[in-house]
Amino acid sequence: MNYALHFGAVWASFDKLLSGLAIGLGLAVAAVAIGCLLGILSAFASVSKLRLLRMVSGFYVLIIRNTPLLVLVLLAYFALPSAGIRLDKYESFIASLALYSGAYLTEVFRAGLLSVPKGIVEAARAIGLTRLQTNLHVVAPVMLRNVLPSLGNTFIGMFKDSSIAAAIAIPELTFEARKINVDTFRVVETWTVASGLYIAACFTIAFLLRRLERRFPKF
Amino acid sequence: MSDAAARPLLEIRGLKKSFGDVEVLKGVDLAVRPSEVVTIIGSSGSGKTTLLRCVNLLEEFQGGAIVLDGETIGYGEAGGRRRRLRDAELSRQRAMTGMVFQSFNLFPHLSALGNVMLGLRKVRRMAKDEARTLAADWLNRVGLGNRLDNVPSQLSGGQQQRVAIARALAMNPKLVLLDEITSALDPELVQEVLSVIRRIAADGATLLIVTHEMRFAREVSDRIVFMEKGRIAEEGPPSEIFGAARSARLAEFLRNSGH
Repeated sequence: MNYALHFGAVWASFDKLLSGLAIGLGLAVAAVAIGCLLGILSAFASVSKLRLLRMVSGFYVLIIRNTPLLVLVLLAYFALPSAGIRLDKYESFIASLALYSGAYLTEVFRAGLLSVPKGIVEAARAIGLTRLQTNLHVVAPVMLRNVLPSLGNTFIGMFKDSSIAAAIAIPELTFEARKINVDTFRVVETWTVASGLYIAACFTIAFLLRRLERRFPKF
Repeated sequence: MSDAAARPLLEIRGLKKSFGDVEVLKGVDLAVRPSEVVTIIGSSGSGKTTLLRCVNLLEEFQGGAIVLDGETIGYGEAGGRRRRLRDAELSRQRAMTGMVFQSFNLFPHLSALGNVMLGLRKVRRMAKDEARTLAADWLNRVGLGNRLDNVPSQLSGGQQQRVAIARALAMNPKLVLLDEITSALDPELVQEVLSVIRRIAADGATLLIVTHEMRFAREVSDRIVFMEKGRIAEEGPPSEIFGAARSARLAEFLRNSGH
């Protein structure tokens, strides 16, 4: 092995990697925010009394969870325009990742809903809250606190999946790293630094979520 | 006595309720007058709790009617057929009664104050300050004035149950339902909860109670109802029920309950 490490070439473009990281984080945050909303709605639908709602939710999870994200991203970016839906690459990627994370989050939130004690739902109904008010003010907050730990896992997963945006030329971290790699041929250095950045970012997300968990009292 | 005072606040007529093939209530008739304290006793499975849950519309029932303050609750007629009312109507009617549960059922994410305030804000639509003042006042009355900001997990069972009582009573219900509210408590915590109930009974609240605390029932009630197998087997003032028990079954039940 005569490979001498030269990080200089990577450091020269480090700002590109950082801006890539920021774009990746932005994509993930936007997608997960929409995904959470989708997931919560779909989870409530999955435990609904109405068969139709349960079926819609089940179908959504079935289709999306069994499609690779990369395929979903390519489909949204390249195939949707022929259906007359024109999204730019950022919009189409956020939509794909949101849809994808929504399917996974459906299961997370569903488990959370099932963990809400029946008694507190009855107590809420007993003081005269409507079904909607009960879900809004009692069920949802208790469920969210219960799922906070598993939510962290999903968040980290979705952030790492933002690397797939490289496939449609969004200049996020993986895309920038590949460019530096091609320009400098510093294969080991480039990908080592890129991995390091991913690890640091994930570690930070996990840390922040742990702090958030501690801020809300355990039940 | 005026008509309004003579009219029962709660009137249950021929109430029938089944869970699948099992008939739990087989035609129950019961009337409760304003400010009356009525206690239902009976062995487990006799239908006591189910009866309370029907009155609070937490259970559907198949036959009979429940009239609360002149209003038939839970069901209406549409095209000659008996139909369960819509959610908004049921919620409005539920707010006329307060219910305290065996297992407290406090909202775990809210403080004691928040637990009492939620209904005041969302159901009674009170302004925040007004709701806070009223909630704090009620928590004071149940002896928890120094625990306003504690969440349920920081409170003992007896304290949690007293928050639940404050939560029910702050809504100013016409009728309060107490469902075995001391059964989940350690013996030394039972009295602090019962003394709160004695006080609200003395203040003129109308109470329908299910309990296994016979001494308490005897002391606080105007009337005792003994249920057996989904029917009211016997009823009368405590002195009568606990005095010369009329049926052999009631005598046996009281003997087994330590009386």
